Amino acid sequence: MNFFTHLGRFLLMIKGMFSKPENHRMYWKELMHQCNEIGIRSVGIVVIISIFLGAVTAVQTAYQLISPLIAKTVIAVIVRDNIILELAPTLICVVLAGVVGSRIASELGNMRTSEQIDALEIMGINTKAYLIMPKILAALIVVPCLVVLAAVLGIWGGKIAGELSGILPADIYNEGLLEDFIPYNVFFALSKTYTYAFIISSVPAYYGYHVQGGALEIGRASTTSVIVSCILILLADYALAAILL
Amino acid sequence: MRWPQFFYNSMIEIKNIHKGFGDKTVIEDVSAVLETGKCNLIIGASGSGKTVLMKCIVGLFEPDNGEIMYDEANFTTMSAEERKQTRQQIGMLFQGSALFDSMTVEQNVMFPLDMFTNLTGKQKHEKADEVLARVNLTGSNKKYPAEISGGMKKRVGIARAIVLNPKFLFCDEPNSGLDPKTSLVIDKLIKEITIEYGMTTVVNTHDMNSVMEIGDNIIFMHQGRKEWEGTNKDIIFSKNEELNKFIFASDFLRDAKDMRMLEAKGKISDNRNMDELLK
Repeated sequence: MNFFTHLGRFLLMIKGMFSKPENHRMYWKELMHQCNEIGIRSVGIVVIISIFLGAVTAVQTAYQLISPLIAKTVIAVIVRDNIILELAPTLICVVLAGVVGSRIASELGNMRTSEQIDALEIMGINTKAYLIMPKILAALIVVPCLVVLAAVLGIWGGKIAGELSGILPADIYNEGLLEDFIPYNVFFALSKTYTYAFIISSVPAYYGYHVQGGALEIGRASTTSVIVSCILILLADYALAAILL
Repeated sequence: MRWPQFFYNSMIEIKNIHKGFGDKTVIEDVSAVLETGKCNLIIGASGSGKTVLMKCIVGLFEPDNGEIMYDEANFTTMSAEERKQTRQQIGMLFQGSALFDSMTVEQNVMFPLDMFTNLTGKQKHEKADEVLARVNLTGSNKKYPAEISGGMKKRVGIARAIVLNPKFLFCDEPNSGLDPKTSLVIDKLIKEITIEYGMTTVVNTHDMNSVMEIGDNIIFMHQGRKEWEGTNKDIIFSKNEELNKFIFASDFLRDAKDMRMLEAKGKISDNRNMDELLK
């Protein structure tokens, strides 16, 4: 299948999600379930990665800026801006594309091959609306929360690393955090995050929903969905940076 | 309490169905009437098109040509909303049971009730208990699909399919992967609930026990075409070559059939019980 066939099927899938729910309570229940699966279950990995990202960024920036002419607060400024502009949204979403994306693709793929999706269709349920829409909505709700958490923890990780290694005292780091802060950066980061959230939920859903075959194809769909999601995240990263900055 | 069967008129009529995938024609000009209160069997060898035909009837595949009528309403030309309404009158048992892995047996059975009814929690539990008791699965409510046997999964699938009292029941290979004894239990259950619920039941199978046990109306598919139609009583004496090749595939069954024919013509005088032999 070529690119346009995939694009057409993807758009049809998105269009097919919009229909009146058969039962609002059940859809709400599924949305909450997905918020838990995508959000709460990813907190652990996000916490670990973001603290270390901040810490490593602080140490490496300090290593590159050894000069009496540069104020030490600059290290905090660079850590803050790096974390907010790039590392928290992009890197965390790349990780989530692996964690969440593979789960979504394999869940839907398994449901497809074991005829559970057909069973729902036969009951008169719009499976695109019931299975895919809550996943995308849940990602749009919880992924920005995870990215904000990652940004906060990343900046905090930088502070801890600076203090523990003796590179940067906490008060100077705090001072640097407040220096030249541009609120637009947060808006930019959140714009990227919403785009990535859509990518890491809808692309794996597309590959999982359209699986044909057995266990091998589910594995392939899962891998392909992660690869395609990561590439699309990087493309979107560049496009948004070019447009919004 | 359900009304006697003759009050129901839930017939399915398929007219000149064609279905192909790419250049390959899988179903060619199949027409049939699937009657109320009967077990309508679609039989045929693997690759004969019976599963595709069933999927066309329930709307999982769109036929290229032809019409499918549910109670004289044309399913093929219905809007999405009308189809939803019709599908809520359909129950289906899938080959692999298609139970939701993350839900218990009871939650699986209650799922259609949760989705389509406004019953209270207590009423839903009572209804689930009722249908689970009907398929002899009392006490298995809290088990997960992974914890029960293949036969039990099929019975849970049947319970889920009938929980909304559907007018139409479809069973895709209900006996696949089951031992002959469990298969008979499933067959009898399908037969009983068909009569009890006054449903139009369509069973897709190549299990000969099912054919002889519950085949009120049998459609034999061969290379995408309807090759033969009749009842389980007609099948023994059929002269259709393809059907005979399919039904009496083994030497044992061919011999048994020949003896049955001879017996019917009064040429065998001994007391051998041919029914037993055939089973």
